[in-house]
Amino acid sequence: MNTTEEYTVDEKNGEIDILDEVTSREYQYGFVTDIEQEFAPKGLNEDIVRFISAKKEEPEFMLNWRLKAYRHWLTMKEPHWQNVQYAPIDFQDLHYYAAPKKKITLNNLDEVDPELRATFEKLGISLDEQKRLTGVAVDAVLDSVSVATTFKSKLAEKGIIFCSMSEAVKNHPELVEKYIGSVVPYTDNFYAALNSAVFSDGSFVYIPKGVRCPMELSTYFRINASNTGQFERTLIIADEDSYVSYLEGCTAPMRDEHQLHAAVVEIVAHTNAEVKYSTVQNWYPGDKDGRGGIYNFVTKRGICSGNNSKISWTQVETGSAITWKYPSVILKGDNSIGEFYSVAVTNNAQQADTGTKMIHIGKNTRSRIVSKGISAGKSQNSYRGLVRIGKRADNARNFSQCDSLLMGDKCGAHTFPYLEASNKTATVEHEATTSKIGEDILFYCNQRGISTEEAVALIVNGYCKEVMNQLPMEFAVEAQKLLAVSLEGSVG
Amino acid sequence: MKTTTESTDLRSKFAAEFEVIESGMNGGSKSHIHSIRRAAIEQFTVLGFPTIRNEEWKYTNVQSLVNRNYVLSFRHEAVLDRAAIEPFLLDSLNAYVLVFVNGFFCETLSSLPAVQGKIVVGSLAASQQAYGMVIREHFAQHADYSSDAFTALNTAFAHDGAFVWVPDGQVLDRPVHIVSVADARSSDVFAQPRHLIVLGKNSQARFVETSGTVGEHMGFQNGATEIYVGEDAVAEYYRVQDSGGQSALVNTLNVHQEQSSTFTTVTATLDGLFVRNNVNILLNGERAEAHLNGLYLPTASQHVDNHTLVDHAKPNCNSNELYKGVLDGNATGVFNGKVLVRPDAQKTNAFQSNRNVLLSETASINSKPQLEIFADDVKCSHGATIGQLDEEALFYLRARGLGEDRAKALLLYAFASDVLDTIALAPLREHLEIRVAQRLHKDF
Repeated sequence: MNTTEEYTVDEKNGEIDILDEVTSREYQYGFVTDIEQEFAPKGLNEDIVRFISAKKEEPEFMLNWRLKAYRHWLTMKEPHWQNVQYAPIDFQDLHYYAAPKKKITLNNLDEVDPELRATFEKLGISLDEQKRLTGVAVDAVLDSVSVATTFKSKLAEKGIIFCSMSEAVKNHPELVEKYIGSVVPYTDNFYAALNSAVFSDGSFVYIPKGVRCPMELSTYFRINASNTGQFERTLIIADEDSYVSYLEGCTAPMRDEHQLHAAVVEIVAHTNAEVKYSTVQNWYPGDKDGRGGIYNFVTKRGICSGNNSKISWTQVETGSAITWKYPSVILKGDNSIGEFYSVAVTNNAQQADTGTKMIHIGKNTRSRIVSKGISAGKSQNSYRGLVRIGKRADNARNFSQCDSLLMGDKCGAHTFPYLEASNKTATVEHEATTSKIGEDILFYCNQRGISTEEAVALIVNGYCKEVMNQLPMEFAVEAQKLLAVSLEGSVG
Repeated sequence: MKTTTESTDLRSKFAAEFEVIESGMNGGSKSHIHSIRRAAIEQFTVLGFPTIRNEEWKYTNVQSLVNRNYVLSFRHEAVLDRAAIEPFLLDSLNAYVLVFVNGFFCETLSSLPAVQGKIVVGSLAASQQAYGMVIREHFAQHADYSSDAFTALNTAFAHDGAFVWVPDGQVLDRPVHIVSVADARSSDVFAQPRHLIVLGKNSQARFVETSGTVGEHMGFQNGATEIYVGEDAVAEYYRVQDSGGQSALVNTLNVHQEQSSTFTTVTATLDGLFVRNNVNILLNGERAEAHLNGLYLPTASQHVDNHTLVDHAKPNCNSNELYKGVLDGNATGVFNGKVLVRPDAQKTNAFQSNRNVLLSETASINSKPQLEIFADDVKCSHGATIGQLDEEALFYLRARGLGEDRAKALLLYAFASDVLDTIALAPLREHLEIRVAQRLHKDF
């Protein structure tokens, strides 16, 4: 009995050493940019909503919509069904608006606050570089305000609108009024209502009929000021026969207190349109004891409103203290396609409850879900997904695969799929597995001179490949690096 | 709003009935079992009947069922004759038969072992005196009434049911057949049989449970069974729900398994308006093994809900689960299978599969397989499918001269056979094979 115990303890010690090494690694994006911020006073009431709306010089309809959302939010209760735990959030103890103080002229990169630009350079997304080398059009959102949108003129030639939400509200109110809240109404859920009331900025994309967006559109989100909630709102509209690929990246500085991020993303795909939405989320996850970190409570939903349309979500979730989101697709048009590819990594005290919803309404609709969860440390990782086949969705087809990889005996991996079919021609398949990295596989690698560390990276990379392959080139590299950083050494 | 008030009515009706029973107990109200009953009724009063806002009842709405005006059957007054319960009997089993009418033991219809040896097969109420120790040790220890309203309600009114005690090293020579009938000939009736089965070390036993309603009115049975499977014991428990008429059934099976024990359960649901089957298995010893299988073939406006929970509390256990359904007419089906692997339950193997075929435009199925895993060295998987018969297989059969209907029936029968084949009790398997074939209109 004793000998076995000692053996186990030794093994555990070794493991703890490696884990320590990894967990002590500093969050490399954790810096604070020292630029003057303009805050709205703490707390939330109708005046704050009016203040935000006035600050952004919004038209009447926007303010009314915000107020309706705010009043509805007051009637709602915070949801608690999710499989994550956190201390209650005091919604009156947050700043609902924080903007860099200096006036920024858009369209001209040279006028962007140099410190702010340095921030983005540190993030590895130098606007200049992005512009020159990758040809990615970037809209950078710092705290709540959109700072600069590159390549705007070039996109405008094609009729593509890619700008910050506040600009869109001012310059294209008819589009905003028509589409905002059409996919995620403010009545949808607690955080969507809150977002609708106080959203400060975000990105707006409109691809006109028949246009294939010539470059990847990209947004970087960063929470900078302390004690702020970030509520961005993204709206993507792909008109008939159009195509767009949109990328989103997120970081935040290290802070002791938790910060709330409650964004809403809406996508509308008309007939024959295709939208590809990729996220690499690396919000500050908190330290190894779970202090600080972002609460990432996001509502993302797309609607394939026209026939033959397609919406594809790809996400790599490595950050946030808590990730809680279900990017969904409503497959309304006949023959439309919804896809969801996800890698969710949790380490230390992180928690994730993420997955997707595929609502099949139209005929011959197809959906595909590939979810790969990796849990290490003391983290909890849940997949929660819904596949609903409506009465009229003849020949609907779904395939779901969710795998979980466990590293360490203190973490948890959970799967909660909901399959609802009320059409006899539906075909729904769901498959899930949970396992750890096999000793035999590690041994095989070791034998061939690959260290355990490298072997794990190799295996994890292979495990996630199906999802990583979906990412656009620029992101795939970053995502792979992130994975390696988050997991190195967490051998189970 | 009407709904809420009315269901509160049944709730308060139960509470009032409880007081009546308690006051008539004449000193018995101080007993250990009664103190559990009291705790359970209090818990039930707090919980109330579940609504669809309760995650475990998301797809199953009991509101219209609990809104009926039931006669609450808490007294023994069965007057059924053998002919009335004939449809529930399976003579080929050659089993010991325990018949319960409205939840109370009916000795004249039952057939017990001629000589009671070490093994006890009888009614819970009659065994209170002689086997108080065993009953006290296990009663309400395996069925958790803290969160499940129906279990709480059953516990509060637990007066009679089957009691089987197989002491260490004993083998029950024949299967035990538990027949639960609701006598709804004159009015809607609500019955709550409560069974307790205790299997000692190295023992062996097999059980078959059939339940249903006699009469034109609604018979609601809220049954709960507790099974303790001791070390190295081997047990099989089959539930057949096949002669229903107007029957509603909530049937909860709570199994506690010790080290190296093996437990197999198969639930076959063919009839009954409303059926909710719960199986909760706790693997509380290393190397224990559990097999859970189910087949449901609802049609018309039947509702069948199968909930399973396998709790891997100790390392090195195996669980295997296969549930299959064929849904026709306006039937609705629910499958919710949860596998829980506790933090120290390393080397767990848990497999689960749920497969469904929808035959009609209006049938629907909600499937929710769930894994909650807190240990790393495990192999767990689940799969769920909703689909149709394989076109190619159908073509193959038709090319060989089978009509479309027969070809379909044959394929469906093959689909169902995967579950029936797991029934080790041959007479029962053969009986069900015939019943399933009839149901799927397969005529050879």
